[in-house]
Amino acid sequence: MSTVTGRDLPGLADAPDKRATTALSDYLAKVRGGDVGALPAVLGLIVLALVFTGLRSDTFPTTFNFANLINQGAGVIVIAMGLVFVLLLGEIDLSAGFTAGTAGAVLGVAVTNHGMPWWIGVIVCLASGALIGLVIGLLVARLGIPSFVVTLALFLALQGVLLQIIGEGGQISISNPTLLAVMNSNLALWQGWVLYVLVVVGFGAVSYRRMAKRRAKGLHAERFSVWGFKFCTLVVLLGIVTFLLSRERSVNVEATSIMGVPMVVPVLILLLVGLTILLNRTAFGRHVYAVGGNAEAARRAGINVANIRLICFIICSTMAAVAGILIGSRDNGVTPNTGGNQTLLYAVGAAVIGGTSLFGGKGRPVDAIVGGLVVAIIANGMALLNQPAGVVYVVTGLVLLVAASVDALSRRRAAATGRF
Amino acid sequence: MSATFSAQDPRALAEAPPMLSLRGVTKSFGAVEVLRDVDLDVRYGRVTALVGDNGAGKSTVIKAIAGIYTFDGGDYRFEGEPVNVTNPKQANAMGIEVVYQDLALCDNLDIVDNLFLGREITSNGLLDDETMEKRARETLASLSVRTVSSVRQKVASLSGGQRQTVAIARSVLWNSKLVILDEPTAALGVAQTEQVLKLVRQLADNGLAVILISHNMNDVLAVADDIAVLYLGRLATQIDAKSVSHAEIVQLITSGRLDVDSARATTTISTGERSGSESTDQGAI
Ligand SMILES: Nc1ncnc2c1ncn2[C@@H]1O[C@H](COP(=O)(O)OP(=O)(O)OP(=O)(O)O)[C@@H](O)[C@H]1O
Ligand SMILES: [Mg+2]
Repeated sequence: MSTVTGRDLPGLADAPDKRATTALSDYLAKVRGGDVGALPAVLGLIVLALVFTGLRSDTFPTTFNFANLINQGAGVIVIAMGLVFVLLLGEIDLSAGFTAGTAGAVLGVAVTNHGMPWWIGVIVCLASGALIGLVIGLLVARLGIPSFVVTLALFLALQGVLLQIIGEGGQISISNPTLLAVMNSNLALWQGWVLYVLVVVGFGAVSYRRMAKRRAKGLHAERFSVWGFKFCTLVVLLGIVTFLLSRERSVNVEATSIMGVPMVVPVLILLLVGLTILLNRTAFGRHVYAVGGNAEAARRAGINVANIRLICFIICSTMAAVAGILIGSRDNGVTPNTGGNQTLLYAVGAAVIGGTSLFGGKGRPVDAIVGGLVVAIIANGMALLNQPAGVVYVVTGLVLLVAASVDALSRRRAAATGRF
Repeated sequence: MSATFSAQDPRALAEAPPMLSLRGVTKSFGAVEVLRDVDLDVRYGRVTALVGDNGAGKSTVIKAIAGIYTFDGGDYRFEGEPVNVTNPKQANAMGIEVVYQDLALCDNLDIVDNLFLGREITSNGLLDDETMEKRARETLASLSVRTVSSVRQKVASLSGGQRQTVAIARSVLWNSKLVILDEPTAALGVAQTEQVLKLVRQLADNGLAVILISHNMNDVLAVADDIAVLYLGRLATQIDAKSVSHAEIVQLITSGRLDVDSARATTTISTGERSGSESTDQGAI
């Protein structure tokens, strides 16, 4: 036993190559075992899209509305991406919405009131978000105050800060063309297709290399046909999306022409890829999951739990600041209400609907996108149905409850079947 | 578990200066004095069993050795040098590995992730999952683990014995000098207990120092070279395992003393032996 032998023992050897049908039945077993991932959200997206298409076939399934949906959802999606980090720890940040508003106001003050270049404004804005996250993180991770209380206090305090910066009933307008372009312009058609090729080839190359590397090391690897199926699905789906967004979607073509992938899409993709690499492919990310799963085990493994908490809160608030830029750009300015109202609830809802657990230890940045689209479709579709705001709130609240129930039920099911 | 230590004369190992020694260490939690004046010697190539009744302070001793707690007072020497271990990472760096009584595994991570937790292998700043998985499989294979169907299984789906195996495998993945096991067989069936004890013996035979906490005197007598008995936070005695009987250990555990006459008297009774979990009924003392 003193030397490590490479021999495979019967029970230990995973079949290096699984049949495609086994892959499918494995997946179904996983879902039945409570590991549902983003499945409910994806199903929800399809059902909602079909329902609204049925109800408003004239306005809902148009490319104009489709592009609009992405812009409407972007702010919430980005806040939700940050929230995934604190939710993974089993914590919450209730102040993320007003962090977005406050950071947006800082951006407005820097660029509009002080005439700074846009990029300095962006840096100051992100720094203000990081600072807020640092304060929350220190209070939670070092002092040990529950994050619920700390961020509830900041929810109120930041609302006050925002009001102080902007003034009652006031507004800081954002007129810098670069900043406005983020949410109000589209990529040229060729740029859209270049982006499409980059994403598809990038995904294909990375996943193929991984599969090949695992096979070379004699480890269980995805079957080539399964990889091919996933790759082709992505090629077709993203191809359709890019094609639709490349069509003319202006209501009045003589006045203006609107076509191309919205500028915010590459921004979202960049954030998604960056955060996914951070969580899935770095030791830091692994430690985030470990702390969320069993903080004591993480501590005994030598992980600095307090530091991980601190960094996650900083990431969350910084992402909220990014959302602040997006919302400010979309609304051409910042008001005392920016990031307020239902923003935070939508963001938490987006993460949870996407499959991130409120109990910690489970979640992915992509959950924020899928869940964010569900939330955006509800808001968008209900508005097209001319439903009063009250009804929209009630429906969104119910959807959030359903998502939280799915989370709790799948967790119970997972506990019963031994999956996490 | 690479063969860092060549086979050495067991007698030389026994007489070499201890690799770890505690002298008069104390530990309190608030007003509760949990450890009083404890001495302990642990040697290379030997299994030192740490026994004592529930709440005697066994877990506290090893947690302080491993840097989870720090001793309030006393002398802690590692390889002859006085050390002040204040965190688990420092203990790991010194070559100390602990398998805890309450298994310190993350349920939401898989076996490989748990094995390498806190010491992930990276290349260019990114996790090298393939290398880690390969090493994990090799290590489990070298421990003759046959019960785990995939190393990418979430730990939540493992049985108690499988979890214990993962925890022990974790300690031998690294070139450790001292492996500490807190009741490694408490949750295991007969076959897996034997497997774990064999593994414990193997660690010591490879030249490592091993501390084994157990309530099961059969296990202790089967693998231990030295036995240290804790009684109400004090060290009752540390003796050579060959020089004591089952009954004498039981008496040391329950009364902290070795009264020769009564020890002989209890010999007959104690053949109906205390098995691991039943030891709780001694808690009246
Ligand atoms: N963190 C703590 N705070 C306060 N008291 C503690 C703490 N940890 C342990 N104790 C107390 O210290 C004493 C010794 O505990 P310890 O866990 O070391 O016992 P043990 O010998 O490992 O017992 P067992 O055989 O049940 O595992 C017990 O009375 C326990 O209640
Ligand atoms: Mg104990």
